[in-house]
Amino acid sequence: MAFYVVQFLTGLASAASLFLVASGLSIIFGVTRIVNFAHGAFYMLGAYVAFTLTERFSGAFGFWGGIIVAALAVAAIGVLVEMVLLRRIYHSPELFQLLATFGLTLMVEDLVVLIWGPDDLVGRRAPGFKGAIEFFGQNIPSYDLFLIALGPVVLGVLWLLFQRTRWGVLVRAATQDRDMVAALGVNQKWLFTSVFALGVFLAALGGALQIPRDAVNHAMDLRVIVEVFVVVVIGGLGSIIGAFVAAVLVSELNAFGILIFPKISIILVFLVMAVVLIVRPWGLFGKPEAPARRTPGLTVNPWRPLTTNERLAAIAVLVVAAALPFVAGNYVLTVGSEIAIFVIFAVSLHFLMSVGGLASFGHAAYFGLGAYGVALLAKMAGLPMIACLLLGPLLGLLGAAVFGFFAVQLSGVYFAMLTLAFAQIVWSIAFQWVSVTGGDNGILGVWPEKWAASPSHFYWLSLGIAALAVVILRIIVFSPFGFALRATRDSPLRGEAIGINGKRIQWTAFVIAGTVAGLAGALFAYLKGSVFPDNMGISLSVDALVMVLLGGVETVSGAVVGAIVYKALNIWLVSQTDLSKLVLGGFVVLIVVAFPKGIVGTLEAFVHRRRKSSSSASSPLLTSRIESAE
Amino acid sequence: MRGYFVGAGLAIAVATMATGAMTTQAMAQSEIKIGEINSYSLLPAFTEPYRKGWQLAVEEINAAGGINGKKLVVISKDDGGKPADAQTAANELVSSENVAMLTGTFLSNIGLAVSDFANQKKVFFLAAEPLTDAITWSKGNRYTFRLRPSNYMQAAMLVEEAAKLPAKRWATIAPNYEYGQSAVAVFKKLMSEKRPDIQWVDEQWPPQGKIDAGPVVQATAAANPEAILNVTFGADLVKLVREGNTRALFKGRTVVSFLTGEPEYLDPLKDETPEGWIVTGYPWYSIKTPEHDAFLKAYQAKYNDYPRLGSIVGYQTIKAAAAILAKAGSSDPEKLIAAAEGISMPSPFGEITFRKIDHQSTLGAFTGKTALKDGKGIMVDTAYRMGSDYLPSDAEIEKLRPKD
Amino acid sequence: MSMVPTLLSVEGLTKSYGGVHAVRGVSFELRAGEILALIGPNGAGKSTCFDMLNGQNIPDSGRIRVLGAETTGKKPRVIWRMGVGRTFQIAATFPTMTVRENVQVALVSHGAQLFNLWASTARQARDEAGRLLDLVGMGAYAERPCGELAYGDVKRLELAIALANQPKLLLMDEPTAGMAPRERVELMRLTARIAREQSIGVLFTEHDMDVVFEHADRILVLNRGTLIAEGSPEEVRGNTQVRAIYLGEGLLYDARHREGASA
Repeated sequence: MAFYVVQFLTGLASAASLFLVASGLSIIFGVTRIVNFAHGAFYMLGAYVAFTLTERFSGAFGFWGGIIVAALAVAAIGVLVEMVLLRRIYHSPELFQLLATFGLTLMVEDLVVLIWGPDDLVGRRAPGFKGAIEFFGQNIPSYDLFLIALGPVVLGVLWLLFQRTRWGVLVRAATQDRDMVAALGVNQKWLFTSVFALGVFLAALGGALQIPRDAVNHAMDLRVIVEVFVVVVIGGLGSIIGAFVAAVLVSELNAFGILIFPKISIILVFLVMAVVLIVRPWGLFGKPEAPARRTPGLTVNPWRPLTTNERLAAIAVLVVAAALPFVAGNYVLTVGSEIAIFVIFAVSLHFLMSVGGLASFGHAAYFGLGAYGVALLAKMAGLPMIACLLLGPLLGLLGAAVFGFFAVQLSGVYFAMLTLAFAQIVWSIAFQWVSVTGGDNGILGVWPEKWAASPSHFYWLSLGIAALAVVILRIIVFSPFGFALRATRDSPLRGEAIGINGKRIQWTAFVIAGTVAGLAGALFAYLKGSVFPDNMGISLSVDALVMVLLGGVETVSGAVVGAIVYKALNIWLVSQTDLSKLVLGGFVVLIVVAFPKGIVGTLEAFVHRRRKSSSSASSPLLTSRIESAE
Repeated sequence: MRGYFVGAGLAIAVATMATGAMTTQAMAQSEIKIGEINSYSLLPAFTEPYRKGWQLAVEEINAAGGINGKKLVVISKDDGGKPADAQTAANELVSSENVAMLTGTFLSNIGLAVSDFANQKKVFFLAAEPLTDAITWSKGNRYTFRLRPSNYMQAAMLVEEAAKLPAKRWATIAPNYEYGQSAVAVFKKLMSEKRPDIQWVDEQWPPQGKIDAGPVVQATAAANPEAILNVTFGADLVKLVREGNTRALFKGRTVVSFLTGEPEYLDPLKDETPEGWIVTGYPWYSIKTPEHDAFLKAYQAKYNDYPRLGSIVGYQTIKAAAAILAKAGSSDPEKLIAAAEGISMPSPFGEITFRKIDHQSTLGAFTGKTALKDGKGIMVDTAYRMGSDYLPSDAEIEKLRPKD
Repeated sequence: MSMVPTLLSVEGLTKSYGGVHAVRGVSFELRAGEILALIGPNGAGKSTCFDMLNGQNIPDSGRIRVLGAETTGKKPRVIWRMGVGRTFQIAATFPTMTVRENVQVALVSHGAQLFNLWASTARQARDEAGRLLDLVGMGAYAERPCGELAYGDVKRLELAIALANQPKLLLMDEPTAGMAPRERVELMRLTARIAREQSIGVLFTEHDMDVVFEHADRILVLNRGTLIAEGSPEEVRGNTQVRAIYLGEGLLYDARHREGASA
């Protein structure tokens, strides 16, 4: 019995540190609607700065003072980030903020190694909380008890802050209705800045308080961010109580889950999130709300198919690309194949995101399923390559059909999070089911047959399939189905009122996108000759998102350009520098701030403006009118 | 619209890479190039000392006249911890840089990916650090050799000591991925062979890098084992040790732990280093052999820092590569294989041989017990264990390894 | 009059939220070609009533039939397929498409082509879309992006979309909200003309009493969830209960109507 009590308390201690970070994220989202991916980076910075301070200043005062000062210092950095970066992009679609903060995270990861060095840093134990307290023969670390107490204290202080101060009232009002606060004549800018600072302070405090338990290292951010996202989503975005309950729920389930299934930790939070979102689409304490802004931005320039001249030009470009093997060596051709494969992957996500308005955060799942489909068929069933390429993507189709059914019931951030949860579940199956998938050692020896083995032949194969995929998806965009999909994206209300079954349309789109992603994965397996759980990991999903946004989310085929530029740049950077994350992160931030329409979108807007320069410019009221028309 | 950009993008990408490739190709023929790949950005704590090690080796080799009169050049690439990126890098090194062989890799899955690439493209590959047994056995191939003592070898070394313990009730804590799983599996198998009387009372599988140490320690303690096998390392190990110390998990229990004696993992623990753990590792401070002294002196002179195990691995990888290249007198992969099979060479740990049967080097490891000295963790009662003594019989290996 | 078939028949429609009756026992009928207004002060239950008719809300009890077929509790898209078109208080269109495409989507849906992945939508029902746009006076704007239209034009486009399934019944939620006075009159005249020509029944809610009394054939007055009056504009205007409700608001009688009543 004593053991279960202690295990429960241990779970509570884990919950407390999770809650600190999660509450900050939730507060920031509630008011600014920013999904702050950099929250993990602030957490990590908190730990690093606190490490430096607590090493330098001795004694209890030095330690606790160092923790607080570190959190304050990082909060100041947060203010800087908010003023310099986020203020420019509050009115961008949610995804851009996520992307900008993701870029920031990449940069911070390299920066901390530059500043603090590569080694894991182990800081001091907390003065006064070094030992353990015995409880019926079980030891409870006193620092755990401190954290257990701290969780509710922070919850209480936040509650008082929000209920009893004018600032708190404003924050709550802003959480419910942003426009209302603007109407009250409150300086919204500083309200947002102060909220962001509070959120970052909590994240950094959470990180700093890890010093007595953890080793400070440059991978702390990603370790915590996904889990914190999950906690916030389970609790309901914007709900602090929800974050608290979800943190306790997840931590306790983990603490007791490992007693029965020792391998459950790796997947538990995602299972819980998937179940919660399916049963309660807005999280435990969240309220249903109409999405503040649609995920992709709104374009007023309707899409149109290519004109004859443009078609000829596209064919000419394809011919030029197909001539590459006559001038380039094997390495360039292999890189070319990889880029072509990522073009397929990116356009499949683009179809879902831009045409369907559904930003998936787990699109790599279907890429990976296609890759594993091929690997399993080739290695276990011994099927020939053509058959594998045709049948492998069906695994992607199957996965998309099952997960898509649940995912399209949600929208916005919740859709993104549910797709992420599904991707993580698929990933951990690939990771854990060693007897079938080989675990993280993957499946090796999936090389193409002779006819496709040479780099030039494989390049032509990839290029051909990529061109086909782009053309087919374009045809679908301009088909009645594509219009029905866009109609559902533009106005679900109107779509329903003209007989469109939006969910079924979106589900079909999800399956199409999943299948095409599976095709990309199938080719990728043959390109690399092997598959790994990496092929369905979060970072691949994020890569795809970046490609789409880089190309331009409001364009018909911008993802093609996004994939080429991003992949080429990525390969080049990784090859040239160990600081590829710093450069890439900076690049992503720059794109979001300077070219939110993406490369193709910016060019199109430029062309459009020149074409329209004679006719009158559209009124600035337009956008607001469209928004109110939703 | 789209079409233009496809072409433009590809053209730019191609032009950049093509020019890069051409200039390097036009470089002098008086060089021998080795391609090196490792997870520099993902695992800087381990790969930085490793890089210093191989850089020292390159310097020494070139100072001594290079390889058969040619200057040795190592072209190093980061894989970001992703097998797919490692393959891209391998491809670049082989296709564009025309390296004579590939070396490096830390993570097992990346080692396997590059090994499979080498097999497919018929390129010689000397794996430096990956521990998985598969790379030389179940998924071994004729193009791949491996330097560092494998999982099996480390387990066998630990079992030799562990089997002497009176403990009968054992629990395991290992990261939930292939390395942890196979380490536990081999350890259990070898242990149970020597000690049929022992029981395995609990196993914990925290996710790699994400251990929630409190509940794991508590759950392990609840099973009341007499001894514990630990396979976690890095930040996970720190958390485990801290929670374990506070909750008195290690009190009255012997812990057997993979790799914990390596400075990479032991040093961060500082004054919290638990005492009396049976570990494999690298006690650079207490090795008194002329070979190691020479290495240590050179390393400290160049970097003003002490070596980690990664330094040894990096150093010896390039030394071994150079020895193989010198013996082959050619960069033809078949000749390199012929040269490498059975080659013997000096190392800071004494003479090592790359076995013909499974391409595993006989580089050994040190075992010993952890102890505290001046607020730092060290290994005591250390003993060097030759790799050749901890490998299964040739007949067993024949069964494990696919025929070429 | 009795020759004209009953288009919409509503019987005992009831809906309550947590014990509060939003709509209680509302019954009425609507005949083809007739324009019926549903009015009432704020909170009278107009919206709840309207949403139950178009399928966005499910009644606790009562029946709704369109041309004899039960639509009670059916989804909006199903009700649409039974021949009911609708417009929204804030016009709902597809801002990223051209005006013509907006109508084409509705026509394609009507033609059960939504899951056609291959055909080019541009060639689908192009002329029919043009005809509908001409009908609402938007033919000249066919290729304009919908997002660039003035709001009055968006309203007219929405009407064209609502007519795409050749509806027998048109449900219009505050059709003139947010429009300039002149635009209001034009839109309602247009609606009335189409309704008469194609003998479509129209049910609309409205705040603007000018619009109601000028264009409705018949008026239903809701108060506190129950129907308190029903009849021609003259009859409703003379109803004391209605006068009592609207007296404070001063909406019912402006100078023009008083003149009209005395004439």
